[in-house]
Formats: sequence, structure tokens, C-alpha cells
Amino acid sequence: MVAVARPIHTRLKREANAEMMFRWATFCSAALVLVLLAGVLISLVYGAWPALSTFRFDFLTTQIWNPVTEKFGALAPIYGTVVTSIIAMLIAIPIAFGIAVFLTETCPRWLRTPIGIAIELLAAIPSIVFGIWGLFILAPILQLHVQPWLIEHVGPWPIIGVLFQGTPYGIGLLTAGIVLAIMVLPFITAVMREVFLVTPTSIKEAAYGVGATQWEVVWDVVLPWSRTGVIGGIMLGLGRALGETMAVTFVVGNAHRISTSLLAPSTTIAASIANEFAEAVGKLYTSSLMALGLILFVITFVVIACARLLLLRLESGGNKRQV
Amino acid sequence: MLATLLGLAVLAAILGTLFLEGFKGWSWTTFTQSTPAPQSEGGLLNAIFGSFVMTLIGIGLGAPIGMLAGTYLSEYGRRSKLTPIVRFINDVLLSAPSIVVGLFVYTIVVTTMGHFSAIAGAVALAIIAMPVIVRTTEDMLRLVPTSMREGSAALGAQPWRTITSVIYPAARSGMITSVLLAVARISGETAPLLFTALNNQFWSTDLTKPMANLPTVIYNYAMSPYENWQTLAWAGALMITVFVLVLSIIARSTAALFGAGRGGSQ
Repeated sequence: MVAVARPIHTRLKREANAEMMFRWATFCSAALVLVLLAGVLISLVYGAWPALSTFRFDFLTTQIWNPVTEKFGALAPIYGTVVTSIIAMLIAIPIAFGIAVFLTETCPRWLRTPIGIAIELLAAIPSIVFGIWGLFILAPILQLHVQPWLIEHVGPWPIIGVLFQGTPYGIGLLTAGIVLAIMVLPFITAVMREVFLVTPTSIKEAAYGVGATQWEVVWDVVLPWSRTGVIGGIMLGLGRALGETMAVTFVVGNAHRISTSLLAPSTTIAASIANEFAEAVGKLYTSSLMALGLILFVITFVVIACARLLLLRLESGGNKRQV
Repeated sequence: MLATLLGLAVLAAILGTLFLEGFKGWSWTTFTQSTPAPQSEGGLLNAIFGSFVMTLIGIGLGAPIGMLAGTYLSEYGRRSKLTPIVRFINDVLLSAPSIVVGLFVYTIVVTTMGHFSAIAGAVALAIIAMPVIVRTTEDMLRLVPTSMREGSAALGAQPWRTITSVIYPAARSGMITSVLLAVARISGETAPLLFTALNNQFWSTDLTKPMANLPTVIYNYAMSPYENWQTLAWAGALMITVFVLVLSIIARSTAALFGAGRGGSQ
């Protein structure tokens, strides 16, 4: 009996050891996700410290960017990031809304899957491809056809006219915004479609029943019902747009200045880092770019975290409704 | 509706010009020679090789860790307070700007080694691949019915045996999907490679030295004024796009098969 029991005993012990090791391995890997986030934050703060301690708050409020005199201010890239993202959102939100409504309401059933897949393929295309397309195809079209028209016809208008004055460069804030809009479109569409689909059929039918048109059903019933999810999806797209690097670097023009015209070349935070980091000489220069990275990380973190929280709330709310 | 047509038209326009311009640059030399000097003949061989190596190492590092973390979220940590936090942070990392990851790796790897290297590029890619794998692995493991876990436990198996010999095989195609998706995600990444792997004009297999890679070559060549470089940039862009699209289609169909298989067995 003892002879039999001993191997079983050792085998059980080995199993228990293996169990503990495996459990630890999975736990450590999960914890690594948190460590990673902390590591990114700490390394950025560490890298940005020389610049932040030298320029203090002036870093956020000046637009000088002079590697020769080592004076750096982040205002121009921040301005560029915000403006390109706003343009992208203004273009992408209505189109995404249209596609989502089409796919969930009016589209024939057999067409839904192929179109859905096609839009999602747009999300799989690497950003550098959007960049090269924007530079060689979109920018010349804008430069030769669209921008001269804008300058001639919209430029003289009061107030908005200021945004469309100057020379048609082809590359600039507007072009970057358009390319970004194309890139975030699939993300916003996917979330909108998902939340539109969970709107209960019964309340839509009730609305149709009292004589509502399709537009009224979408605008007054589906949209209010799925508001949280729609906002979450938009913010997710915004997070992408703010942090997108390569596509923007190609078409934004990389000029550290703020001009009122949307047609003028400018820069964004991500584009500045991509363009200058590998060639930056001097501690203060590198550190200033790190500080830009820190600003970008904090902004996108807040935006994405809000988006995820909204979507998370929706998810748990949806489960409760099902129960 | 109009919006959908517009979306599809843009997709068609991008793919159309990409194929048109890209194929011009596809020839025998594109795949057999290294990157050329301006206005002389050459190909993308060193860049293709570099991308391949770095993606492979990136996945090699990121996949096991990501899978283990996904296992924790789905199995061991079901009731843990840590799980929702890790899941949330992972989702945030999933959409965090990749250029920031590049800065992070630059700080911890490049400055420590003192120079740019292929290793640094691979680490950056691993960090980008990991959240994708964590997320998909967790989703896929959760699809495995609880009854299978209970059955295995009733036979006296420890949780780790249940996971490795029952749950992983049951979720195999799902886990393959997660890796494919991660490969698709990182093979087109450019921003984190710009200042980690940098670029290399020549053929190099030394992992501790800067290494050429397709995205960086595309970026540099597209921005250059030389026509033959621009042609190569288009050729490279087409190569990456075809690769990524094929991968995502395969990943999608394996996932669909997996879902169908699950439905059938229940």
C-alpha cells in the first residue's frame, strides 16, 4: 500500500506545484498590463521632466519651436491636433450615422453582411497606406480643384471665410482632417451599428404604429435610446483621431505655426514626434518631444477612458434589461 | 444610402489606386534585392525580411504573455477585484496612440542599449500586440461552456490541467484568430518603429543593430523626391495591405467557423 501511495502522493504534489506556477504565471501576465500602463506614464514623465521644469507652464502657452535657440512651446502641435480631430469628427460623425442607419434599418438583409465587412476592412488597412494615398492622390485633387474653389467662394464670407484663405498647398490641416475622418469612420460606424441593433424592435414598431416616418423613428426613438453608446463610439473615434500618427504626418505639412486658415500647413503632436524624434539632438529637444508625448497620452487616455466607461455602462445596463 | 455609397467609394478609391500604383513597382527585383540608392535599381528584400523578423519576435514575446493574461481574466480571476481594472486598462491600451509606445520603448530599451536596434522594434510591436491578444483570448475562452470545466473538475483535474488540456483545445481556433489579428495589427505599424528599429539601407540580420522594415521604408521613400523610391513605397504599401487584408479575412472566417462549431455542439 505504501509503495502505491507514495508515487500518487508525489504526483499530487507535482500537480499542486504546477497549479501554483500556472496560476502565478497568469496572474503576473495580467498584472503586467497594469505595470505597462504605469511604465509608460513614468517613463514619459521622466523623459519630459527637463523640458517641463525649464519651460513650466509656458510650454503649453507658447508656439515658438526653435531647436537652435532651444526654446520650445507646444501650442502649435496642440492646436493642430485639436483642429484636425474636430474636422475629422465633423465629417465622420454624419457619414457614420448614415451608414449605421442604412445598415440597421433600410438595407436589404442580404446586403448587410458584405457592406459591413467592407466597412470593417477599411479599419484593417494600415495607417501608412492612408498617408501615402492622402499625399499622392487626395492632396493634389484638393490643391488643384477643391481648395481654389474654397478660397474663391468661401474665403470672402464673413467669420468662416477666415478659415479658407491663403494659398492652396494641398497639404495642411484640412487634408489631414479628411484623411483622419476616413480612418475613424469604420470605428464609429461599428459602435453605432451595434448600439442601434440592440434597440428593442417593439418600441420601434410602436413608433411606426402611431404613424412615425422612418426618419422620425431613427431620430426620435433609436437615437435617444442608444445615446450613451453613440457618444461612446464617437469618443472612441476621437481617441483614435487624436493619436493617429502616420497618416497625419504625411499630409499635415509639418510646420510649427498656428494660422487661422485650415488650408495652411501645420503640425500635430503625433506628427511632430514622428517627424523629429529620431533626429532630435540635445537633451532639451528630446525632452520637449517627450513632453508632447506625455500631453498626447494624457489627453487620449482621458478620452478613451470616458468612451470605454460609457460603453461599459451600456453593456451592464443591456444585461440587466435582458434579465 | 448616400453615406454608405460614399464610404464604399472611398474604400474602392484607396484600394484601386493602391493596386494600380503598387503593381507598377512589383517586379522580380523588388523581392530579390535590397533597398537601392536614389535613382538606381533595387528592391525591398531587406525591408521585407526585417518586418518579418520583428513581427515574429514581437508576436513571440506578446502572444504567450497576452494569452496567459487573457486566461487569468477568463478563468482564475473571475471573482478577483483586479479583473475589471485589468480589463479596462487593457481596453484603453488597445486604442492608445502607438507613437507613445515608441517613446516608452525608446526610453527603456534604446537609451539603455545606447543605440537603435531591431530588438527595440520587436519589443514595441510586442507591447502593441499584447492588448489585442489579451482581449480576444478572454472573449474566446469565455465561449467555452462551463459544463466542460465542471466535467474536468469532477474527474479530479486541477484547474491548470483543465485549462491546458480541455479549455485551450476547445478554444483553439479562437486563439489562432487572436494571434492572426495581432499579426495583422502590428505588421502595418509604423510609428513605434521610427525611433526604435530605425531603418537600414543594407541587408542586416543583426538584431542589436538598426534593421530595415517595410513601414519605415515606405514612409521615408514616399516622402523622398526620387521617383524610383516613390514607386517602391507604393509597392511596399500594396504588399502590406494585401498581407493584412488576407490575414483579417482568414481570421474572420476562422472565428466564424469557431462560432458555428460551438453552436453545432450545443
